[in-house]
Amino acid sequence: MKPTFLALTLAATLPWSAYAAEYRQIQADQSAITFVYQQMGVAMEGKFRRFTAQLQFDPERLESAQATVEVDLASIDTGSADGDQEVAGKTWFDTSAFPTARFVASRVKALGDHRYEATGQLTIKGKTQDIVVPATFAAQGQSGVFDGRFTLRRADFAIGQGPWAAFDVVANDVQIQFRLTARTGE
Amino acid sequence: MTPHYTPVAKTLHWLMAVLLFGLLALGFTMTDLPLSPQKLQLYSWHKWAGVTVFLLVLFRLAWRATHRPPPLPDHLPKMMRFAAHAGHALLYLLMLAIPLSGWLMSSAKGFQTVWFGVLPIPDLLDKDKELGDLLQTVHLSLNLLFVAVIVGHIGAALKHHFIDRDDVLTRMLPTRNLES
Repeated sequence: MKPTFLALTLAATLPWSAYAAEYRQIQADQSAITFVYQQMGVAMEGKFRRFTAQLQFDPERLESAQATVEVDLASIDTGSADGDQEVAGKTWFDTSAFPTARFVASRVKALGDHRYEATGQLTIKGKTQDIVVPATFAAQGQSGVFDGRFTLRRADFAIGQGPWAAFDVVANDVQIQFRLTARTGE
Repeated sequence: MTPHYTPVAKTLHWLMAVLLFGLLALGFTMTDLPLSPQKLQLYSWHKWAGVTVFLLVLFRLAWRATHRPPPLPDHLPKMMRFAAHAGHALLYLLMLAIPLSGWLMSSAKGFQTVWFGVLPIPDLLDKDKELGDLLQTVHLSLNLLFVAVIVGHIGAALKHHFIDRDDVLTRMLPTRNLES
């Protein structure tokens, strides 16, 4: 019978392919989360030094893909000590009340040519937004590299309130760039 | 009739005097402000004005090289002549070195200079905190020296006017041209 045959075939192949190509462990030293924003029309770069990610990604089984990325907001490097101190405060990230930014992917879609799109929820400072994150994935043996970028609007997350709320000095758009290197789990 | 400065030289002198006083006042006050949007705005304005002054100095030097300034009065002793020339040379040197040090400091600190928010000035240095701090000290020291030389410049002009009673000060005044 055809369905039985199909089920048998799946049963025979799935564990292998799933196990062999599921990328789970993030290599912190080969991963980076950076951001670019405009300040008085000047592009400024920054980064987050600490973040963690739980990942299950198998290009052959996208329906079971999972990703949760958590960024330690206090680990920010805005480019100056003044700036790092400022953005920890209440008008920016308020890191004592909201230490973590979290992205939880709920669905991953293949766009072809090693390009993917993760749909999920981004939570910063108690505000949650649905976002779509495009990324490329390149596998090299035991490790695979996700590269992507997306733009968030800081006002959506109440980042930079009060005197900073206007966008003439610090622009609303912030481009987040990431490179996550993951190894296949053992 | 004693020779006087050309109208262009006079305009450059007084325009830059105003700009430099503004830049110095801004530079010495903005650095102590707590971080705020205003502070970032003031820094940008300071940098834009600094680039502007640098370009004006280049133009001024070209003008001076092609338009001989009026000679110093005959009564000046040799030492005073030397001091006058050295003082002016130092002023020009600092007017070039200070904006350059500011630009390099900005580069090293990772804050690119974008003239009037439109024209990016290339970063010659990569971001380097220690080099940035060093250049900050250089920028500050040069400015303190600049203030000292400006005080000397103004003092000398006033001495010429009130003690020597010659025309060294008046020949740079804007009105003088109208008579001749």
